[in-house]
Amino acid sequence: MDDKRFLGYPPLRMTSTEFLQQLINGLSLGAFYALIALGYTMVYGVLRFINFAHGDVFMIGAFCGYYLSPRLLPHFTGWMTPLGPISVLVLTMLICAVLGIAIEKIAYRPLRSRPKLTVLITAIGVSLFLEYGGQFVFGADPKSFPELMPDRALEGTGALTITTTQLAAFIVTISLLVALTFIVKRTRLGMAMRALSNNATAAALMGVNIDTVVSFTFGLGSALAGAGGILFALSYPSIDPLMGLLPGIKAFVAAVLGGIGNIPGAAVGGIVLGVVETFVGGSAFSTYRDAIAFALLIIILLFRPTGIFGRAQIEKV
Amino acid sequence: MLELSNLAVNYGSITALHDVSLTVEKGTIVTLIGANGAGKSTTLRTVSGLLKIQRGSIRYEAEEISNLAPHRIVERGISQVPEGRMIFANLTVRENLLMGAYLRKDRNKLASDFDFVFEIFPRLKERSRQVAGTLSGGEQQMLAISRALMSKPRCLMLDEPSLGIAPILVKTIFQKIVEINRSLGITVLLVEQNANLALEVSHYGYVLETGRIILHDRSSALRANERVKSAYLGGR
Repeated sequence: MDDKRFLGYPPLRMTSTEFLQQLINGLSLGAFYALIALGYTMVYGVLRFINFAHGDVFMIGAFCGYYLSPRLLPHFTGWMTPLGPISVLVLTMLICAVLGIAIEKIAYRPLRSRPKLTVLITAIGVSLFLEYGGQFVFGADPKSFPELMPDRALEGTGALTITTTQLAAFIVTISLLVALTFIVKRTRLGMAMRALSNNATAAALMGVNIDTVVSFTFGLGSALAGAGGILFALSYPSIDPLMGLLPGIKAFVAAVLGGIGNIPGAAVGGIVLGVVETFVGGSAFSTYRDAIAFALLIIILLFRPTGIFGRAQIEKV
Repeated sequence: MLELSNLAVNYGSITALHDVSLTVEKGTIVTLIGANGAGKSTTLRTVSGLLKIQRGSIRYEAEEISNLAPHRIVERGISQVPEGRMIFANLTVRENLLMGAYLRKDRNKLASDFDFVFEIFPRLKERSRQVAGTLSGGEQQMLAISRALMSKPRCLMLDEPSLGIAPILVKTIFQKIVEINRSLGITVLLVEQNANLALEVSHYGYVLETGRIILHDRSSALRANERVKSAYLGGR
């Protein structure tokens, strides 16, 4: 019976422990994708354009962590030790927010009334600028990311391995998602963001300063990408200026998967992509791991172009 | 109160307004009638700061407001109910009203303003937690007007409030417009294709044809005008 092979591959077999383990690994990978995907989707929501430089903000986030850690961590000792990584995270998010706002102001705002394609090409330009500017400033060689906290397996989880890093990444991601939901649902600027993504003209007629809301959106999205960069580097501690490329594109796929412009959709899309990728990676098809995201993109675009949660938008002329 | 003089506006490469001058006196209802594409909506969009002025000027309460950003116009007390209502379909009725009050500094008074618009349009109260996209056309128009009122405007501009709405509701909505003008003293600039109705409720009227004001008079006089009758009131 063992001879049943699929395309020459052995059948997929998994114990329930292995299944759970893969699920946990997949969720933690999905959390990074979710954090980056949120930035894509929010910017798309308000401006209807894909900020292809977003993955590189994620890279800058990782490098902020790399340079900030040795300078900040020694100041936190004793009971304050846990505040060290938190301060690195918060400062990184702030720097990335400022970077995101600056990118929009300098590169995209002057082109706001131009065709979307112009802005898209500019975004690719900004992306290349950050990648190769990064190589110039940080060096092209991979750097090993410092340990922000002791990385060890948690005890009492039986046969499952859950590391402290995974747990921390999970907690940080959940907190950020809760905070984001609060900002978008309950604050005045968050409501303006939703209104603007619904109908920009009407939002302007209500007295919404479009520029302020767009800056706010870029700041928010970039802060999340920065946090994603740090968390990613904790799990995969080799960072280089081109590291944002693949996670960036995959997170974009995650955003499309969830329905571009839809905030909960981006989070779910990220998680789904992470889990699927991990299961494929753990199967006999592991060599196709990176291809799966793009296979998903093609399938989604063919059968449900609005994504899982997306609704068709009527384009008005 | 609101004064447009020799306004010229381009819409892309097309000149949409050639030379529009009109005055809206404080406390009145002034209507702008004209055929499709005459430039009625363009006029309102220009006052709201959505379109750039080529020539001429807009003055409001004796101050120049030409080419100010839209949020600056709202700040000064001019609010617009746009054509096609443009409610925020994904937001709840309540959130739509809150968006109307976006620039208000006295946010502690919002509760009484909610009561106030719910008094004018009781239907909205029942639906306040509903997502606005699920409202009927007439209810959406009520919401759009209420939303504009939430900014406490002194001048309210309405763009085709009768468009796409059941005939019975059109009557209600026009009654409310008159009520808003009379009891609140809000000045109204009304753009309408239904010239009959518009001239019935307004004090003064302007007739716009291909970007130019061709006629203006007291509304009662315009209704008796032969030219207006034949072109806009369906008479012969």
